[in-house]
Amino acid sequence: MINAGIVTVSYIIATILFILALGGLSNQETARRGNWYGIIGMAIALIATILGVVTAQYTILLVALLIGGSIGLFAARRVQMTQMPELVAILHSLVGVAAVAVGYVNFMDPTAHLVGVELTIHDIETYLGILIGAVTFSGSVIAFGKLSGRITGNPMILPARHWLNLGLLIGAIWFGREFVLQSAAGAGMEPLIIMTVIALLFGIHMVMAIGGADMPVVVSMLNSYSGWAASATGFMLGNDLLIVTGALVGSSGAILSYIMCRAMNRKFLAVIAGGFGTGGGAPAAAGGGEDQGEVDPIEPLETAELFLNAKEVMIIPGYGMAVAQAQHTVFEITKALRAKGVNVRFGIHPVAGRMPGHMNVLLAEAKVPYDIVFEMDEINEDFPKVDVSVVIGANDIVNPSALTDPDSPIAGMPVLECWKGEVSIVLKRSMATGYAGVQNPLFFEDNTRMLFGDAKTTLDEVLKNL
Amino acid sequence: MRIGVPKEIYEGEARVATTPDVVTQLIKLGFDVAVESGAGEKASYSDDAYRAAGCEVIDTASDLWSKSDVVLKVRAPEGDEGARLRADQTLISFLWPAQNPELLKQLTETGGTVMAMDSVPRISRAQKVDALSSMANIAGYRAVVEAAQHFGRFFTGQITAAGKVPPAKVLVIGAGVAGLAAIGAAKSMGAIVRSFDTRPEVKEQVESMDADFLMLDFEDDEDGAGEGGYAKTMSEEFIKAEMELFAEQAKDVDIIITTALIPGKPAPKLITAETARSMKDGSVIVDLAAEQGGNCELTVPGEVAHVDGVTIIGYTDLPSRLAAQSSQLYGTNLRHLLTDLTPEKDGNIVVDMEDEVIRGTTVCKDGETTWPPPAPKLSAAPPKAEPAPAPVVKKEEPRSFVGPAIGMAIAGIALLGLGAVAPASFMSHFTVFVLACFVGYMVIWNVSAALHTPLMSVTNAISSIIVIGALMQISSTNSLTMWVAAVTIGITSINIAGGFAVTRRMLEMFRK
Repeated sequence: MINAGIVTVSYIIATILFILALGGLSNQETARRGNWYGIIGMAIALIATILGVVTAQYTILLVALLIGGSIGLFAARRVQMTQMPELVAILHSLVGVAAVAVGYVNFMDPTAHLVGVELTIHDIETYLGILIGAVTFSGSVIAFGKLSGRITGNPMILPARHWLNLGLLIGAIWFGREFVLQSAAGAGMEPLIIMTVIALLFGIHMVMAIGGADMPVVVSMLNSYSGWAASATGFMLGNDLLIVTGALVGSSGAILSYIMCRAMNRKFLAVIAGGFGTGGGAPAAAGGGEDQGEVDPIEPLETAELFLNAKEVMIIPGYGMAVAQAQHTVFEITKALRAKGVNVRFGIHPVAGRMPGHMNVLLAEAKVPYDIVFEMDEINEDFPKVDVSVVIGANDIVNPSALTDPDSPIAGMPVLECWKGEVSIVLKRSMATGYAGVQNPLFFEDNTRMLFGDAKTTLDEVLKNL
Repeated sequence: MRIGVPKEIYEGEARVATTPDVVTQLIKLGFDVAVESGAGEKASYSDDAYRAAGCEVIDTASDLWSKSDVVLKVRAPEGDEGARLRADQTLISFLWPAQNPELLKQLTETGGTVMAMDSVPRISRAQKVDALSSMANIAGYRAVVEAAQHFGRFFTGQITAAGKVPPAKVLVIGAGVAGLAAIGAAKSMGAIVRSFDTRPEVKEQVESMDADFLMLDFEDDEDGAGEGGYAKTMSEEFIKAEMELFAEQAKDVDIIITTALIPGKPAPKLITAETARSMKDGSVIVDLAAEQGGNCELTVPGEVAHVDGVTIIGYTDLPSRLAAQSSQLYGTNLRHLLTDLTPEKDGNIVVDMEDEVIRGTTVCKDGETTWPPPAPKLSAAPPKAEPAPAPVVKKEEPRSFVGPAIGMAIAGIALLGLGAVAPASFMSHFTVFVLACFVGYMVIWNVSAALHTPLMSVTNAISSIIVIGALMQISSTNSLTMWVAAVTIGITSINIAGGFAVTRRMLEMFRK
């Protein structure tokens, strides 16, 4: 048994370690150390709590820890890198569940003897913790479903969905008031349960309305929510460690969401409100159906020749590369070309893929060295010097109309300006429009060649000819 | 119709108005082509080469003129050439109608059609016909070659075992086509190149060639761009400031190439005798404006002058000194014009006076002088550059202070209200919370974008710190509470282990 002072000190140490863990992620060199800081911090917090706070049920506790830990380790080991977004989403949902459970248990705790303002504040904290937890849970489950393809990635647009959201919000506030009033009289379970249901529905509805390509925003937003849920729980329990950690995670997720939104030049609220665009969310038909000219197809053999004659090659991966699992072939091609003295680099758009940093993880998995992988801002000016740009399964992030057509739904979104290079080769399965439903004038540029087919198969073919 | 290309009779002229390559193209347009024997000799195109291209070779000029419907020449007709033109003939060549009014009169009286390659309007569509630009380009290149010939040093800087060689410094005055060509040639030979022009809009072009653009320290915002993208005469103060700049630069640079011309006027005297003498011994001035009197006071047109150790090259025939190249480019310009003149591609030319390019180029037709033409509708470079179309990046809307101010005020009041009613313990937690948000904000901005996924998984693992809530509850005597807490611990530990393990796995993969 250790005393409360030592527990508090341990919590402070854990807090510092968590901050260091996040700070360590600022670059690849220190990132591993950062992760260890996180692990140590978590271990210290757990041990201090178990030794200092827990008084009974050690066996059950340890069994629960072991079972949960093994499941977690197993999942982490088995998951494919392309499935990372799903894994992250489902892990978020667990935090949500935990927040709900802790909140309910805390509310039912018969030993609490708060009165007056303190009780009101405590009730509000409990209420908020459960509310955010429930939204996180249901939202993450839906996000998981969408990311793993169990639920269609298309935005589900209910009629009058904004009114529905507003109604749910008002309901949540009203039941919150009921809850606080009834709780003072010793009851309150009923409004709490109704609110939980409302929050669950809200989470489902919110994520259902968001389309596939907006998933990076959703995933990082849920990341943020899971932090706020932890923070609210911390308030409820009067535990500073939870408050601080939750706030760290919450602001981290919020910043990620902001970065993602900025990369799409969209307002956070517009993404959350669902669909695409501000109107009915229907794919923008304007300009989409127009005949924009002829595309110029290319064969893998000629692609290989273009590669071999190039000095500067830029590879622009998108979600299509993840779907086709083509990252290993891409790296093989990269290796072959670099051995021949071709400078191959990768240009990553912030919202490429389904999760912030998704492409970087995939390329890292394929052993692409990270010093040839660049962010959009780092390489966008280099395109005039690039001989061959290869767009693999990406569409909207290389759409010139974002810069040229003020009426385009993606107007103002920063894009990779590959058309400024000598030749762009676009790998695509068909001529279907991208997620935004906008036709891409890039495909019809004179210096664009289309390589149709599955990314992996065609790239294997290209590799053979190198 | 038959196209005839006579031998140039001007003393020293080495160019020819067509080359075997161009002949092939002309034949495709439906023309028969004939050249005078020996026409291409000085430009290294033999009669046999012309014959091989499908061209007839005619021995005498008079024979050729009489048998041809269209005559292509380089230099303006002189001597008896003008008199040879017939009413049913078309002559295409350089003419300089402004400088040669008598010639224009003589040609008009013959009743034939004459097209002057120097009168091609400066519009985008006519660029392929613009022989002045082609020739200026060659002259600019050749100017550097001539300078190198007379300059006793390297252009490029070198560090050798025998000592260090400083790079040559070249000043190019006038950044038109010739000036830019000179900049490019001098730059590619390794020299340090500076350039000056009265038209500020060419600054970008100069800088795009990696040369320094000299700015004049001059208050007035004077723009030297005249009509048609050419320069115009500047004010006296401007010229004074300009001359001071040149006088100062002359002491520093090794080579000056001047290309300053104002259409229809004698070339401005930019390099005074004094400035030229002040240059280092061995320096070279190449005066591309020599034919119009020269930009340098010491220039002797057509000659190389040596004054106080400075060589002043005043050749007026620089394109002719690169005859094979200039014949090829000039011939191609002519071919483009002929393509426009034969819309049916049947070898019959139609002088369509509605066509802006043809109208501008034609100086006399059917016994009437049609020069100067009406002003072109569109100038290649508008006198005042239009402001560049703003990119469609969303403009930062001027933020009104009202919105944020109201928001802040509400937040402030809410916080005050909270502080008024909340107990002290809550406020201390709240302080911690706000501070933590800021710490998070500061820390996260440093995270590299490539690590966003590991960031999410590690924050996910960290957010399972919520397990502490469950740990605090598990010791409860209430069995429901205990079991719920146990399940919660299980769930969160999935998250802890899974989050950290998967982060570690991902980070292991990132390698250089």
